[in-house]
Amino acid sequence: MAELVLEIRDLKKTFGALKATDGVSLDLKPGEIHALIGPNGAGKSTLIHQISGSLRPDSGSIRFLGQDMAGLDMAARGRLGLGRSFQISSLAQEFSALRNVMLAVQARQGTSFRFLRPVMSDKSLTEPAMAMLERVGLAGRAYVPAAELSHGERRQLEIAIALALGSKAFLFDEPMAGMGPDGSKALTKFLDGLRHEAPILLVEHDMDAVFALADRISVLVYGRVIATGTVDEIRNDPEVRRAYLGEAA
Amino acid sequence: MSRETIINILLALLLLAIPFSASAMGEQFYVTLATRITILALAAVGLNIALGLGGLVSFGHAAFFGLGGYAAGILATHTFNAEPLLFGLQGTTSMPVIWSVAILVCGLVALPIGAISLRTTGVYFIMITLAFAQMIYYFAISWPAYGGEDGLSIYVRNGFPGMNTAQSLTYFLICYVVLMAALGLFWLLRGSRFGAALQAARQNATRLSAVGIAPFNIRLVAFAISAMVTGLAGALFADLNRFVSPSMLSWHMSGELIVLIILGGKGRLFGPVAGAMLYVLFEFALGGFTERWQFFLGLILLGVVLFARGGLLGLLAGEARHG
Repeated sequence: MAELVLEIRDLKKTFGALKATDGVSLDLKPGEIHALIGPNGAGKSTLIHQISGSLRPDSGSIRFLGQDMAGLDMAARGRLGLGRSFQISSLAQEFSALRNVMLAVQARQGTSFRFLRPVMSDKSLTEPAMAMLERVGLAGRAYVPAAELSHGERRQLEIAIALALGSKAFLFDEPMAGMGPDGSKALTKFLDGLRHEAPILLVEHDMDAVFALADRISVLVYGRVIATGTVDEIRNDPEVRRAYLGEAA
Repeated sequence: MSRETIINILLALLLLAIPFSASAMGEQFYVTLATRITILALAAVGLNIALGLGGLVSFGHAAFFGLGGYAAGILATHTFNAEPLLFGLQGTTSMPVIWSVAILVCGLVALPIGAISLRTTGVYFIMITLAFAQMIYYFAISWPAYGGEDGLSIYVRNGFPGMNTAQSLTYFLICYVVLMAALGLFWLLRGSRFGAALQAARQNATRLSAVGIAPFNIRLVAFAISAMVTGLAGALFADLNRFVSPSMLSWHMSGELIVLIILGGKGRLFGPVAGAMLYVLFEFALGGFTERWQFFLGLILLGVVLFARGGLLGLLAGEARHG
């Protein structure tokens, strides 16, 4: 099983009487986009929080690149190469887009305990950061504070940060949310190419994007994975149609 | 040159000009006043590293201010009385040695205080730092060896190699140079990798964790550096007054340092300098009218918080931009 990038086994998390995660097992293989879909309140975000380390599961295991994640906090998982974008974008609001990415470049290079050299004239930080902004199409907004970016631009910035970390797997929590149709289309195309760099676990409500991108889809309902399969398998699965796609398909 | 840079230079020149012109007119009192501004500004530059850059509202920085002061007082007293300190070590009246001791002691005390306090955030952090400072305050009051409640006099101002520190203008210049060096340090820190991580920890700690930098370590080091600068100011303050008392450790002092920063503009390079100038000016001008000058200071502070969030520098130089 060493070839699995992410390996989640029998994960459980309850909040009081609510079983937010009820025995979830899930894999992420190299080079794939694995989409996680499900109705609101199915426990998608709770699952992402447990994978990234901001929530501790009650039981079950998460292995990333063969290593057990139990006991590692968010920062440690980030250092190992688990790149995350947030459902509600999470940025250093006063910093420019460039400085947000530079922070990731700095983290990747190792120590932040350097006290004297100015970062803005440090080409080993600014150049890779600018290159990442170019890749996501934000180079023209490099010096704009994150707080002044549009919703869609903040999403792009989060992805640039994950790229700059040299992540070995991406966790993207609704990257399309709040984007216009053009933005979604551009981002879909971008993610399509990104899977070759590192596999993506994608939580998304935009079904067009999911069906266009996913190699595999898992459907989460009430904290349980009710089906995992290819796009066609999921589309034709009667249980999925009843539980989730029912009203839409 | 940005508008803020010009204002900073003007503030630095103004602070330098006051004692020189006062001295030329034979008004020694104003030299002392300017020295007081300089030292308070230095203490606030220290706090500004934690509070301004890191968003750590320490309500216990008087602990470090006072510890620096007591370092100066205790070392000088032992020399004066020709009593050895612990383990046969001698006291000293040399400022560079005293400063080093003050900085070292404050760093060593700040690490455990920070390590405990930084497990909390927000109002709990404020309360825990206050509690630690009060512990040290009551310790100083109840320890008779160094004056207890009465404080400790330094009979002759400590010396600096090659300078006559008893001359008030000379002593002002020493303090001024130290302040400028601390401002240089603040400027370097703010622009460095460490500063980037520290400011990110203030803006969004989750983001910092997600890129793999643990906010706790960054904040702890910032807290210690901040304490060391404030401690150095305490040592200078003791020598200015030739007197150390527990009041340097009291929570009023901690509050005063926070007020300085809010008046001047938090996180701004010259915020503490502008704040200290305003504060001492109010204290002096309002204090001339009425004993209740702090009531009016309160009103002014209220105005600043409501209408000029960025303090004096925010008002004059506009909002801070981060490249």
